[in-house]
Amino acid sequence: MTDSILDKVVPALGELPRFAVGDEVQVIKRFPVGHYRVPQYLRGHAGRVERIIEPAAVDNEEEGYGRNAGGKLHYYRVALPMPSLWPDYLGSPRDELHIEIYESWLEKK
Amino acid sequence: MTNPQDPHAGHDHDHGHEHDHDHAPITADATPGYYEIMEMAVTELMIERGHIGPGEIRRQIEVLDSRTPALGAAVVARAWTDPGFKARLLADGRLACEELGISFYDDTQLIVLENSERVHNLIVCTLCSCYPRPVLGLPPDWYKLKPFRARAVSEPRKVLAEFGTDIPDEVDIVVSDSTAVVRYLVLPLRPAGTEGWSEEELAAIVTRDAMIGVVSVTAEKEAV
Repeated sequence: MTDSILDKVVPALGELPRFAVGDEVQVIKRFPVGHYRVPQYLRGHAGRVERIIEPAAVDNEEEGYGRNAGGKLHYYRVALPMPSLWPDYLGSPRDELHIEIYESWLEKK
Repeated sequence: MTNPQDPHAGHDHDHGHEHDHDHAPITADATPGYYEIMEMAVTELMIERGHIGPGEIRRQIEVLDSRTPALGAAVVARAWTDPGFKARLLADGRLACEELGISFYDDTQLIVLENSERVHNLIVCTLCSCYPRPVLGLPPDWYKLKPFRARAVSEPRKVLAEFGTDIPDEVDIVVSDSTAVVRYLVLPLRPAGTEGWSEEELAAIVTRDAMIGVVSVTAEKEAV
């Protein structure tokens, strides 16, 4: 087997998604002033990457403030167990909350 | 008691049609509010500076008016009757809808969530009112109100029960909080007893609320 020239392509920083489907991730717990898309009730909570949303999407948090309009970020559908969000949750332990979150709000667990 | 000028005089309101208006003349004499004045000012400035014309505003209103839950119902009925289309719809909701001529004028993506015997999907936007407008039109008022938005993500089974939808414990609930670029549409379970129905007959029983996930589709119910 010889290496194909195609294997030598080096992607730019940020070009490939940092997380894969199934990765355990944590929503970053930070509270910047202003309107951000990640709801506060999810900040600091852990979940699992359920799907990578393709293609990368405009970072509308930056765009909303007139910064870096057009810049794109990878974007994930993250599944969080309902009982981990609400201590008194009534329902199946398998009930889940799914939400789309930009890469800038996630870290590996 | 009777007024000869009133065409409805001389009878009560038990006259065979739904009545939720009060016969008052429709006028627009209320003082415009802060946001109405701001909207008018921005519109006038945009037109004055040549960024948009009145025709473009009218056209966009036409675009919005052309989007109703009947479009979503047609998508669901097609998915129920055409397995190839269903596969494409679940793989890329926007692309499959575009195949039927439904354009995504707001440049959102669409993820279609399939209900099954094991999973029931519910859609909410806790931030405001993200909604699959290209396929469903404008959201219902309750969808935008804080009680629904807050409770759908914290006690979905109770909220569903209030809509008359009891989800057994062995069926998992997945609540999708739609907050950014992606919109969601629920593909409801096709009800038993609809075998052999045409796409049009099927579309007629698919309601807006079923595509948000607050109710199921039943073979008896007329579309709302």
